Amino acid sequence: MANKGVFTILSNAPLTDSVWEMHLAGDTSAVTHAGQFVNIELEGLYLRRPISISDWQEGELTIIYKVVGEGTARLAQMKAGVELDLLVGLGNGFWSVPEERVVLVGGGVGVPPLYGLARRLMAEGKSVSVVLGFNTAAEIFLCQKFEELGARVVVATMDGSAGVKGTVIDAIRAESVEYDYFYSCGPLPMLRALCEQSSGEGQVSLEERMGCGFGICMGCTHETHSGHKRICKEGPVLLKSDVVW
Amino acid sequence: MVENKILDKSVELCGVKLDNPIVPASGTFGFGEEAAEWYDINVLGAISIKGTTLHPRFGNPTPRIAETPSGLLNAVGLQNPGVEAVVTKVVPELRKVYKKPIVANVSGFSLDEYRECCRRIDEVADIIEVNISCPNVHGGGLAFGTDAAMAAKVTEEVKRVTTKPVFIKLSPNVTDIVAIARACEDAGADGLTLINTLLGMRIDTRRRRPVLANGTGGLSGAAVFPVAVRMVYQVAHACKIPIMGCGGVSSSADVIEMMMAGATAVQVGSANLRNPYASKEIIEGLDAEMERLGITSLKEIIGIV
Repeated sequence: MANKGVFTILSNAPLTDSVWEMHLAGDTSAVTHAGQFVNIELEGLYLRRPISISDWQEGELTIIYKVVGEGTARLAQMKAGVELDLLVGLGNGFWSVPEERVVLVGGGVGVPPLYGLARRLMAEGKSVSVVLGFNTAAEIFLCQKFEELGARVVVATMDGSAGVKGTVIDAIRAESVEYDYFYSCGPLPMLRALCEQSSGEGQVSLEERMGCGFGICMGCTHETHSGHKRICKEGPVLLKSDVVW
Repeated sequence: MVENKILDKSVELCGVKLDNPIVPASGTFGFGEEAAEWYDINVLGAISIKGTTLHPRFGNPTPRIAETPSGLLNAVGLQNPGVEAVVTKVVPELRKVYKKPIVANVSGFSLDEYRECCRRIDEVADIIEVNISCPNVHGGGLAFGTDAAMAAKVTEEVKRVTTKPVFIKLSPNVTDIVAIARACEDAGADGLTLINTLLGMRIDTRRRRPVLANGTGGLSGAAVFPVAVRMVYQVAHACKIPIMGCGGVSSSADVIEMMMAGATAVQVGSANLRNPYASKEIIEGLDAEMERLGITSLKEIIGIV
C-alpha cells in the first residue's frame, strides 16, 4: 500500500544533456513492484509530479527523469540534502510470469523502470534480454548498468550513431532477440509496434497526465478490453491484451 | 482562554448531523474507498461521492487534467459506473468501512435522468446533491445550472421522488448566482452547494492546441477560493436554506472563513488531489484555529459576516 513521506535527496546528477538521476533516502516500504511510481510535491506547483521508480532498496530509491517542463526543470536544480514530500509505491507495477525467456524493451525516458525490473528478474534466474532505443548515441543512459547485471543488452538509435540503426523493433529483428514474454515502457508508437510484432503476451507501462496519482480524481482513465482503468491505480502497467490502441 | 473547554465542531444540515463541517467534494474523493486506504475516513463530517448518472459513463478522452497557477483544470466528464452499480455495489463497499453521512452527488442530461437517478440513489443517500453545474459534459449539466427556470424545474422534479434533503450544486459560470439560488430555494431545495468549477482553458503553445482533449475544463484549487467565498456570502444573504461552501478550500483557516461567509458545511476538493490527507489534516487543524479566534462552537459563526 502506498504511503506519504519525506525523502532527502542524496544526489542529483545529469546522465545526459536532459536526463537526470536522483537518489533519495526515506521509507521505501510501500514499494513492492518495479514499474511503480512516486508523486512529488513541488513548492509553487499545485499538482504533484509523477516519476517512475528506476530502482529501490530498503531506505533508498532512485528516480531518473527527463527535463521536459517546469516541474522536472525544478527537480534538476535541487541539491543533495533537500527534503521532498513524496507519495510512494503508487500504481500497479510489472509482475512476474512463468515464462523463462523475457525481453525488456525501453525507449528513451521509458527505460528507467525497466532497470529495477531487470535486477529482480535476473535474481529470479530468468533469461533476460534488454533492448533499448534512443534517438542518438548522446542520449544513451543506463545501458552499462544493464550490462553489469549480466543481461544481454541490444541498443538501437534512430540515427545509427550507436548500435542498430532504427527502432527497437529493428534491433530485435537484426539481433534475433528471442523471447516468450515482454515487458515494455516507452513512447506509445513504440509500445504499439512491439505489441503488434510480438506473438506472445506482455506488459506495457503507459503514461498519462494525472491529477492525484492515487486513484481518486479519475483524471487518467483509459478504456481497456477489461473495462475502465486508471493509469495511476490499475496501471501504469497493463497487459498487452488489455490495451485498446 | 478556552482551556478545558470542549470545542464544538458539529453542524447540522437539514436534520443530518455532521461531527464536523468537512465534506470531501464530489469528484475529488472517488467513492471513498481509495481514501480509506490512507486513513480512517470516519473522521470526516460526510462524504460527497463521485457524481453519478443514470447510465455508466467513461467520461472525456485524456488528457483530462492541466496544471494552472494555484489550481488545476479538469475535464473528467463524469466518469462513473452508473446509479445501479453505485447503489448495489459501490456504496455497500464504502459502507463496510464508513458509517457517517453520504452525500450522493447526481448528474443528468435531461429532467427524466435527474429524476430517475435520484429516485434510485435515494436509498443509499443521507443527502442528495444535484449537480446542475458540470462544465465538462455537453448537452446537459451546466445547461440546467445557468438558467433560473431550468434550475427550478430540476429541483421540483427531484423533490418529487425523494424525501432526503436535496442540495442543488450551483455553477459560478453565471451572471447572477443569487437569482439561480433563489429559484432553487423557491422550488423546494433544502440546501445549496456552491461553487462548482469555473470554466477555463489552457493552450499547449508548442503543439498549438488545447492542453485538454476536451478543449475546456473546470478550474478549481486555491485560485478560486475568493470567488467561492464571495458567492457563498451573496447567496447566504439572499436565501434561508443551508449552504455547503465549496471552492479552493485548502486549510482550517479557509474553513472558518467560508463558514463566516455563510456556509454550514465546507467541502474540500482539489486539496485532496495534492495531499491524500488534506481533509483529515484540515479537520485536525480546526481546534487550533478555533482557539486562536476564540470560537467555541462552529455553529455560532455561520454567516456571521
